[in-house]
Amino acid sequence: MAVLDRLRRGLEKTRRTLASGIGKALSREAPSEKALADLEELLLSTDVGVATAERLAESLRRFAGEGPGKSGSELVSFMKREILDLMSKPMSRPGPKGSPHVVLVVGVNGSGKTTTIGKLAKRLADGGERVLIACSDTFRAAAGEQMDVWARRAGVEMVRQKPGADPAAVAYDGAEAGLARGSTVVLVDTAGRLHTKVNLMEELKKIRKVLERKVPGAPHEVLLVVDASTGQNALVQAREFGSCLGVTGIVLTKLDGTAKGGVVVAIASQMDIPVKFLGVGEALEDIVEFDPEEFVEALFSTD
Amino acid sequence: MFEELSSRLESVFRKLRGYGKLSEQNMRDALREVRRALLEADVNYKVAKDFVAAVESKAVGREVLKSLTPGQQVIGVVHEELVELLGKKAVSLKPASKHPAAIFVVGLQGSGKTTFTVKLGVHLRKKGAKPLVVAADLKRPAAVEQLRILAESVGLTSFIPAKGETVLDAAPKAFEQAVDGGYDWVIFDTAGRMHVDDEMMSELIQLREKVPPHETLLVLDGMTGQDAVNVANSFQKAVDFDGAVLSKLDGDARGGAALSLRAVTGKPIKFVSVGEKPDALEVFHPDRMASRILGMGDVLSLVEKAEQTLDAARAEEMEKKLRAAEFTLEDFLDQLKEVRKMGPLQDVMQMIPGFGRIQKAGLDVDEKALGRVEAVINSMTPDERRNPVIIDGSRRKRIATGSGTTVQEVNRVLKQYFQIQKLLKQMKRGGRKGLSFLPF
Ligand SMILES: Nc1nc2c(ncn2[C@@H]2O[C@H](COP(=O)(O)OP(=O)(O)O)[C@@H](O)[C@H]2O)c(=O)[nH]1
Ligand SMILES: [Mg+2]
Repeated sequence: MAVLDRLRRGLEKTRRTLASGIGKALSREAPSEKALADLEELLLSTDVGVATAERLAESLRRFAGEGPGKSGSELVSFMKREILDLMSKPMSRPGPKGSPHVVLVVGVNGSGKTTTIGKLAKRLADGGERVLIACSDTFRAAAGEQMDVWARRAGVEMVRQKPGADPAAVAYDGAEAGLARGSTVVLVDTAGRLHTKVNLMEELKKIRKVLERKVPGAPHEVLLVVDASTGQNALVQAREFGSCLGVTGIVLTKLDGTAKGGVVVAIASQMDIPVKFLGVGEALEDIVEFDPEEFVEALFSTD
Repeated sequence: MFEELSSRLESVFRKLRGYGKLSEQNMRDALREVRRALLEADVNYKVAKDFVAAVESKAVGREVLKSLTPGQQVIGVVHEELVELLGKKAVSLKPASKHPAAIFVVGLQGSGKTTFTVKLGVHLRKKGAKPLVVAADLKRPAAVEQLRILAESVGLTSFIPAKGETVLDAAPKAFEQAVDGGYDWVIFDTAGRMHVDDEMMSELIQLREKVPPHETLLVLDGMTGQDAVNVANSFQKAVDFDGAVLSKLDGDARGGAALSLRAVTGKPIKFVSVGEKPDALEVFHPDRMASRILGMGDVLSLVEKAEQTLDAARAEEMEKKLRAAEFTLEDFLDQLKEVRKMGPLQDVMQMIPGFGRIQKAGLDVDEKALGRVEAVINSMTPDERRNPVIIDGSRRKRIATGSGTTVQEVNRVLKQYFQIQKLLKQMKRGGRKGLSFLPF
């Protein structure tokens, strides 16, 4: 259960803060206005954002008003269900056999893309996949070297070009090498970029197109890597990367700190983009598949 | 940075100004909106709560509701509190009495330390100092290489630890090299670390014993949400940093972390990082930032930027014209051309007072549209440019044909021009001390 431990460790702080607060907020028979305001603040402290916090508090108020004498624990499980509903989205499954499953990994600078790819590569390779990494970050100094270290740690192959090379050309090489070598998964690392930079977003579209042309149905997955400490800007990131590329899932990283990453609740509720993996440290094995129940349970757990 | 917050506050203020008399309920509603605006900008929820409470008690204390201009008074209080929260004057690096002086750059993983280290080196060199940058992140794969390449690309000297060396061994050697080489500053790019990672935090404390830093700067991602206060608090406890750097502010970060950080640690924000290029660093001016947040624009930064890019005479002229609101279509054209030299239009426009409103009024900031605007103005006679009110229907038709555009396009350009003119006039009327405009 090492993996679960890691997740627990990562979410421990979340749990502690929320639990004590919500316990306090809802220990009474019916939630008072004060208790609801406390709950709203607790939700705010996790970065779900003011709109989502207000909406959740509102639906709790309505639920409490529906019948007499709801207990604190009824209210808590209602909240859990509400958030769980938002967070439960089916996972997409690998693409057609015979061609590599292509995963494009994007996000703002420093969110954890390269590290995530390293961890994912290891995990997939351990599961018997033939993994190839294409390092399309030809911009950041030493990005190739960094990816290379991870590829070696994970024991997978990697394709790269010189610094400053066309990122789409590297993606092309990656797809081609993947096809030629019979890879089952191709992971494409990209340079970090702010979603407001029009040219850089266009560059991503180009990478996407190249992959599309090379492998049927590619990219089968577009993962947006979001640092858990990000506030409401993550919503804009999801919207912008989403409308540019069609993001299929989120990887929420750095949950080993005190950040709660609640903004993914807002993303799920507004944009229907599911969270797929959580990053919980800097080691190769510090990645866990997202389990909505675990996540919500951890948020509200009272131990 | 702060555009969202700015436009939200603007709409709250507009409402406030609309009331002849202000009821307690009006004020409560307005403050509730202020709180929401702060929260949406990622200001910590406790800080937002305290902020609104402070505004309320000040407003009650001054009996603003009984005043003749209650809305205006409340806005004034919000402004004061915001300036209070952000700090007033820009705070630069502490002057060192002894050189070389060590600067530690610390922060979470991925916050932008390495890029900032190089930017700071470039910044100090511009001021005539001789900086040495030190690769002290031996943890992240290829971090050393990243610093080495970046430093080399701008011609800064870097200290690279030997293979297998620990940071604690390497740091004193780096400092020695700085002493021997006659460097003024030694900037340590430390490894990213989680504030709850005891092992890594104690490494930092040990490092401080090996090389006592003259200054420690905490780099915080400008997009950080509620967690900013936890991070800042933990780093303050462990290393008592001297100032903060907000990074990645070239996007649309709402920057609430800046307010939270000041509020909980009292430490100044010294720099903001606004791009991936080595010169994309700005000194943080809290007062100007407060004005920007409140939609009052940042004429000072605009003028400074202009000074850096344009020649001084032109910049002065521009400032004079902006102040005097004597702004003809010819100037408009000139400015458009000059402004385009200053960098991405969006960035420049954000420093202009009332930009939020211009934008809402549909001023096209699309670079291509500028070409059409130029064509339209070029097709006017000098008389028309100096005195655009004479441009009637038949002149508009002529200009449209001459510029290969449409009458609608001509109308739009004129409308935009008149809007800017109006804004400048408003600013002039509202102008109080120096360039601190209050456009309400
Ligand atoms: N503590 C922690 N650090 C992480 C995690 N994921 C990435 N990092 C660190 O964040 C920094 C930026 O990661 P990197 O993969 O280079 O980001 P990229 O720029 O998006 O490729 C590095 O120092 C990583 O070690 C995580 O889950 N937890
Ligand atoms: Mg990377």
